[in-house]
Amino acid sequence: MTTATLLAGAIVFALVCVVLAMVLCTLRLLIGPSAQDRVLALDTLWMCVMLLALMLGIRHGSQIYFEAALLIALLGFVSTIALAKFLMRGEVIE
Amino acid sequence: MNIAADLPWWAAVAVAFLLVLGGLITLIGTLGLLRLQHFYQRMHGPAITIALGAGCILVASMLYFTVTQSRLVIHELLISVFVLMTAPVVAMMIMRAAVYRDLRARHGLPPDGEGGQE
Repeated sequence: MTTATLLAGAIVFALVCVVLAMVLCTLRLLIGPSAQDRVLALDTLWMCVMLLALMLGIRHGSQIYFEAALLIALLGFVSTIALAKFLMRGEVIE
Repeated sequence: MNIAADLPWWAAVAVAFLLVLGGLITLIGTLGLLRLQHFYQRMHGPAITIALGAGCILVASMLYFTVTQSRLVIHELLISVFVLMTAPVVAMMIMRAAVYRDLRARHGLPPDGEGGQE
């Protein structure tokens, strides 16, 4: 087994794991009994998408995915904070 | 798909191990998010995903690009530092919102703030 096949197998395995994790997050997002469950699931979904972008960057050997991952991390943080603020106050900007 | 075939074996083994570990930890964290009973228990599942899973995959990415490009590529540290700084803030905000909403529901008040009168 060469190193390239080992690395390709590991990347495919990790991609499948993260996609399964996204499916589980989506299930929690759909069945979440309360709104804070849904916000938590959405935050975890952002994180999984960021990991997916990073692993696609390794797979394609490209640095562009890194910037996409950075943007996804930033947007996920801002959107989760806004949603949590909305849950707590009923409005985002007072 | 152009995985560099000239990667030395120790780097390939390390990157593959970190990727598999990161994927498994991410899956376990979200399994906790799905399977745990109460919201205050479910808060702890994604913490594993954010801290350990993302950490493993970021270190794997740093190692891979450092070895393939023969120079130090550590700009993934930006994401690491940002995620490690913001994860507690996000957890605290969601937790405060949950406690606030639970307290309001227990006292029989409307869940959407002050009712628009004040």
